[in-house]
Amino acid sequence: MAEHTGLNLTLRVWRQENRHAQGRFETYEVKNISTEASFLEMMDILNEQLINEGKQPVAFDHDCREGICGMCSLFINGRAHGPDDDITTCQLHMRKFHDGQTITIEPWRSGGFPIIRDLMVDRSAYDKIMQAGGFVSVSTGGVPDANAIPIPKADADEAMDAAACIGCGACAATCKNGSAMLFVSAKVSQLALLPQGRAEAAKRAKAMVAKMDELGFGNCTNTGACELECPKSVSIAHIARLNREFLKANIKD
Amino acid sequence: MATLDSKIPEGDLKDKWTNYKEHQHLVNPANKRKIDIIVVGTGLAGGAAAASLAEMGFKVKAFCYQDSPRRAHSIAAQGGINAAKNYPNDGDSVYRLFYDTIKGGDYRAREANVYRLAEVSNSIIDQCVAQGVPFAREYGGLLANRSFGGALVSRTFYARGQTGQQLLLGAYSALSRQIGLGNVEMHSRTEMMDLVMIDGRCRGIVTRDLLTGEIKSHFAHCVILATGGYGNVYFLSTNAMGSNGSAAMKAYRKGAYFANPCMVQIHPTCIPQHGDYQSKLTLMSESLRNDGRIWVPKKKEDAEKLRKGLITANDIPDEDRDFYLENRYPAFGNLVPRDVASRNAKERCDAGYGVNSTGNAVFLDFSYAIKRLGKDVVEQRYGNLFQMYQKITDQDPYEVPMMIYPAIHYTMGGIWVDYELSTTIPGLFAAGEANFSDHGANRLGASALMQGLADGYFVLPYTVQEYLADQFNVKRINPAENEAFQKAEKEVKEYINKLMSINGKNSVDHYHKELGKIMWNNVGMARTKESLETAIKEIKALREEFWKNVRIPGKADELNVELEKANRVADFLELGELIARDALHRNESCGGHFREESQEEGEAKRDDENFMYVGAWEYKGYNQEPELHKEPLNYQFIKVQKRNYKTGK
Amino acid sequence: MKGFFKSSIGKKFIMSITGCFLILFLTFHMCMNLVYVFSPEGYNMVCQFLGSNWYAVAGTGILALGFVFHIAYATILTIQNRKARGNDRYDNQNLPSGVEWSSKNMFVLGAIVCVGLLVHFCQFWAKMMFAELAGCEGTVPEGFATPGYETKAAVDGAAWIGYYLSKWWIVLLYLVWFAAIWLHLNHGFWSMFQTIGASNSKWIPRLKTISTVFTSIIMGGFALVVLVAFFRNCCGA
Repeated sequence: MAEHTGLNLTLRVWRQENRHAQGRFETYEVKNISTEASFLEMMDILNEQLINEGKQPVAFDHDCREGICGMCSLFINGRAHGPDDDITTCQLHMRKFHDGQTITIEPWRSGGFPIIRDLMVDRSAYDKIMQAGGFVSVSTGGVPDANAIPIPKADADEAMDAAACIGCGACAATCKNGSAMLFVSAKVSQLALLPQGRAEAAKRAKAMVAKMDELGFGNCTNTGACELECPKSVSIAHIARLNREFLKANIKD
Repeated sequence: MATLDSKIPEGDLKDKWTNYKEHQHLVNPANKRKIDIIVVGTGLAGGAAAASLAEMGFKVKAFCYQDSPRRAHSIAAQGGINAAKNYPNDGDSVYRLFYDTIKGGDYRAREANVYRLAEVSNSIIDQCVAQGVPFAREYGGLLANRSFGGALVSRTFYARGQTGQQLLLGAYSALSRQIGLGNVEMHSRTEMMDLVMIDGRCRGIVTRDLLTGEIKSHFAHCVILATGGYGNVYFLSTNAMGSNGSAAMKAYRKGAYFANPCMVQIHPTCIPQHGDYQSKLTLMSESLRNDGRIWVPKKKEDAEKLRKGLITANDIPDEDRDFYLENRYPAFGNLVPRDVASRNAKERCDAGYGVNSTGNAVFLDFSYAIKRLGKDVVEQRYGNLFQMYQKITDQDPYEVPMMIYPAIHYTMGGIWVDYELSTTIPGLFAAGEANFSDHGANRLGASALMQGLADGYFVLPYTVQEYLADQFNVKRINPAENEAFQKAEKEVKEYINKLMSINGKNSVDHYHKELGKIMWNNVGMARTKESLETAIKEIKALREEFWKNVRIPGKADELNVELEKANRVADFLELGELIARDALHRNESCGGHFREESQEEGEAKRDDENFMYVGAWEYKGYNQEPELHKEPLNYQFIKVQKRNYKTGK
Repeated sequence: MKGFFKSSIGKKFIMSITGCFLILFLTFHMCMNLVYVFSPEGYNMVCQFLGSNWYAVAGTGILALGFVFHIAYATILTIQNRKARGNDRYDNQNLPSGVEWSSKNMFVLGAIVCVGLLVHFCQFWAKMMFAELAGCEGTVPEGFATPGYETKAAVDGAAWIGYYLSKWWIVLLYLVWFAAIWLHLNHGFWSMFQTIGASNSKWIPRLKTISTVFTSIIMGGFALVVLVAFFRNCCGA
């Protein structure tokens, strides 16, 4: 093992029993945390410590711990996914912190994401938006050969840029308007760029925007905070495409 | 004793699946509406199956423990998906994909299943493109391919380093569409706690709502388990934190056989472990072996200096670097199958040539590729993987070679299924990584995605119908009014109460980590009779200790992450022993299973005479020795050979 | 189009279109003001020309309507957005650098612009276009009337400029006001294209640059007029 200087940290963690309970910050100390450890491993150490003290561990969402499942969702020292760019919370490492630092850990706070417990929030609204139209209506079987329709590389690449969205919710959590536009635009844009998705592009844009509005997400005011906090760097250019698709769809009928 | 009838259809290899489909029983559209199907797990296999079955008209109930089906761990697959399209005109065919898969699996998979897998592989690519999966393309607008371990052709389709994500999101979008249409009832943050059996058939499941702790049962005419693999038995693996073997274990206890549990894949290219607090290992895609060269220092003193940090990899001249894979396996070089690459890395490290502060790592060097192709091309191909590596290790792979070490990645073993993916319990099917079927003793890269989607999109929708053809007359059962359901619910509640009432000293993770250590040290990359016997003994003791001394804070009827983990670890503690038992009985080396007793000139030695069979274990009760059943493997269409990755002929 | 104006993008579309009107108006207004720099008499001729022509009145009406919509929708959007943010605020939020300050404070900036506008109305519009429409001729304060316009205060724009902008604190207020408009416009201009979908990853940075250049020209023009007026009149006052 390489030499590590362990960090001693003060954690201010948001604790809340359930959706309707009154939440509060609790302060905990953790000692000798390796700078090689990931942020969530530090949280594991905290929880182990709490369990050994007979206390309730802190509830937080996480799963793959390699930055792709989109489940982790912490607001750390004032930033979604913490003080580093283009990463998820699980990819944040303790080397980004210094000894003696106080770290404030909050859940996503957005009208669209009610708190379940402590740092865990309910993001099922994103699933509902997807169910409204985030798909190409093809059933299994009976599709043409994969190479039947050539797709310009630039379009495929841009579609992939949008498709990289992991649905973590950092965009809406960061947005001062609690807007889910970056999330919605990523899917609308991806499928609008591909000939397979073009057929129902208008229907999709309308259905997904309507669902997003219905679920109480805010309106985009082009602050661009979402793209800066997006772990997959999804660009607000996709929001422009969503706006365009939505306008076109509405002008048509 | 149920017989292990694999139900392989008659006829030539090429015609089996066609024959099956042409002669199977179907369910008429009006009757489909009367039939409920439960799908547990919503990854590639589960998500695809749930969507496809719902499209056909069945009423589907889908379950996942994550907050959304989009989070299933299929999402983490990076490199790609194989298909026999032969778009690059490099000599690929369905037969060749089939052959490579069987050979890669060290001749421990069923011919007919694997051939079917290769056959439907092309449809998968078509289906995914139609769903809007943004696969990588060439400038001409057609699909791009790259090569993967164990193959001499480029047949792997990919979407940057996020192929699993894109395929899963494709299946998720199809599933979302069906949820929106009301054909699928989705239960997320819900864990399956048990199966419900009525008259010898599986008729439903008991679940625990992870947010409220509510125990509930659900009826269905048949149940599909697509719950992934059990790699987390080893605590540290590339699996997600929540990946577990519990559904499989519950099925096993209810009478489903567990096949080849010892066949666990250890992936050669993972980021090495860095400390005791570590929670998981991160995989670096196998695609990196396309352009990265694997080496360790030729001189031990160089390795020692590297470990002490006195020199860096760049200080070692080419002539002092040992490109051991290229030297030992000239035909495949760095692209040998995973088990071979892993074993060789371990061999080099054990011999004292390992690097990193721990001595447990080898180099994966891109400087040659950067010289040959330019940094831009390398960045285009692997940019996101490099970024991921840098975020974790704080080292820049463009400047210094990556360091990698093998880690538990995938489990070829799983619930035994026949050709129809039916387990030994009527009405219970298993798909994807949860079953044992297609990869034999070792899975080739980019084949897991292929198998998951093949099972979900193109196999289950047919074979499930064969089972359901006479089931439409079975009336839906209301679990609240049914004795079997009530009994199952009661048992689950008792089981949970038992866990909660232990109230001991140690956290669940404590036991999980201990189990992981026992497994990695004794049932890891190299296994011996002694190590396996030790493992069995130690796991038993640990299990006893767990049931006496685990501490689960909180209550059962609320969100309780520790309880969730305890339920999973309790199952791992039995599964670990089963793995060790299977490994102990299989006194040969094949694929991912390497017995030190069985080798020849440093290479794994298979024993076809005695072990050319699938070992399927039947549960006999807690702490009872399970019973082994054998399904012989008859290779009728290909010649069984020694795996040779050295000469190319 | 059913439900379009109720959708979030539809509302933003209204903001964009009405904002576009206001930008065009400002451009025109600035050009007109610039005449003052070269010739106060020429400026008065423009005032007289635009005084109470029906098209000027109609234009003002449309503009006023656009303005009302812009404010009304801004209010609706702001209320909705606050609600969407939820009841709990972050204890600590540091946005990464790269988020324009103005983009987060468009409503506040808009409010400042409105207050400034009221003052501006009282000082000029009420005494000129409104007075003319109402048929009551006001008088320019002693010593500021342009020769030949002694009885035509409603079109003696140059005089009003001279009168108000000879005071340093009014000049200062105007400059602050212009700064607020600059900020509001700098975000609003490229945002307008983004909202109607007329941008993409290549054009977003370009539009942002154009936005800054254009806004600076417009607001620079206004500021120039104010400064010229001050230096022309402060000594005489």
